[in-house]
Amino acid sequence: MTTKYTPDHEWINIADREAATVGITHHAQDALGDVVFVDLPAIGSNLKKGDVAGVVESVKAAADLYMPVSGVVVEVNEALRADPSLANTDPMGHGWFFKVHVADMAEFEQLMDGPAYDVLVKNA
Amino acid sequence: MSATDLQKTPLHALHLELGAKMVPFAGYDMPVSYPAGILAEHRHCRQSAALFDVSHMGQLRLLGADAAKTLESLVPVDVVDLAVGKQRYGFFTNASGGILDDLMITRREGDLFVIVNAACKDADIKHLVTHIGHRCTVQPLPDRALLALQGPKAVTALSRLNPALSNLTFMTGMGATLAGTDCFVTRSGYTGEDGFEISVHASQAAVLARALLALPEVQPAGLGARDTLRLEAGLCLYGHDINDVTTPVEAGLSWAIQKVRRAGGARAGRYPGANVIDGQLALGVSTKRVGLVGLERVPVREGALIVDAQGHKLGHVTSGTLGPTVNHPIAMAYLAANHAVPDREVYAQVRGENRPMRVRAMPFTPHRYFRA
Repeated sequence: MTTKYTPDHEWINIADREAATVGITHHAQDALGDVVFVDLPAIGSNLKKGDVAGVVESVKAAADLYMPVSGVVVEVNEALRADPSLANTDPMGHGWFFKVHVADMAEFEQLMDGPAYDVLVKNA
Repeated sequence: MSATDLQKTPLHALHLELGAKMVPFAGYDMPVSYPAGILAEHRHCRQSAALFDVSHMGQLRLLGADAAKTLESLVPVDVVDLAVGKQRYGFFTNASGGILDDLMITRREGDLFVIVNAACKDADIKHLVTHIGHRCTVQPLPDRALLALQGPKAVTALSRLNPALSNLTFMTGMGATLAGTDCFVTRSGYTGEDGFEISVHASQAAVLARALLALPEVQPAGLGARDTLRLEAGLCLYGHDINDVTTPVEAGLSWAIQKVRRAGGARAGRYPGANVIDGQLALGVSTKRVGLVGLERVPVREGALIVDAQGHKLGHVTSGTLGPTVNHPIAMAYLAANHAVPDREVYAQVRGENRPMRVRAMPFTPHRYFRA
């Protein structure tokens, strides 16, 4: 299981621990509506789990993006910055936000797996 | 307020059937968007015709020989000279010249037909009954629904149901039969586009809405698109861009105060706050509502502080979004009058960073009303 989920409706894929990919879920993009702007963290930022790492804005509202785990930001999705609608059309793929060098794998292990997250969404 | 306490419009079931995302608004459970999404609904309205349910708004009639004259005691607007079939924008003012609500007034054969904001309607009715209820009959119309059909193809669409409606011009109204329902239709709206607002009995609203949605030009649009459309059109949202501490002069709405109601006019003053408003018309104001366009992509939203290059506060944003048609951030703000000049560069504080914006004349997208 390389993808886990947060209660803030973000996902993190750990296939590459040196550069784990972070994005928002289908449920999050659906709740936000048309994404028109993203603010991405600076590469090299060393952030703790729960820190605000960026912002995702729809026509209606702005929502904070949180660090799902502690670590250093190693890459951001410039394609998403140029075309924020990727967060709507392909949130789990081309609409990823940033990549992080995970500091502590235990933080990743504590996150929800797919079935647990599905239950959370179902009860939301 | 829990979802069960929310009121429903007569089209509530239709919204659910259409897959709308529902949100609480002014005590009603309202569609913020349909599956197409706010951007697509906004664009459809600018390109074709969009149908909005605005049944949450307050509709009422004023009846009696003195209705127009007596309404003038509460609004700084020429109602007496309003011809039958004509519609006019106005506002209720308080003793300080602040705006209690904005409204649309249509003179009909036997009454004045008034539309007010949903969030203000109970207070407005109380205000009318208290102050002029002894001189005219104030009749709320809670059993009427209100539909708005807006967009460049609204006239083509509506003419399929009743060709006579293409004869209406902007800010005029008439009774008309549509899909077998008795309606009162005005050529007006809240999007900057040509379009119509249709008052219909609640029991017939769904029949009419379905008939309109069956027309090839028409798609449903929710309150989200309504907000981005009106903002691009430079139209104020009550409770945000205007309220009880902003005057019509500060809000840039002096155009709605006809000469006959201003100092020196035949029916000058004699409404709440007239001394304040006439004083401001003569001497100017210290803060003004302006349009702002963002020079970066960051949306600037309600509440953002506006500062100068040195960080001094100049004002604050009252509405803001990314304008889907203009494709950059737009906002309305109140600014110190000496900065409220076109092309002035100012900075909006967004999450601790100063984002450059420029003062711009409104509307942000040209109005396309049908005047003749």
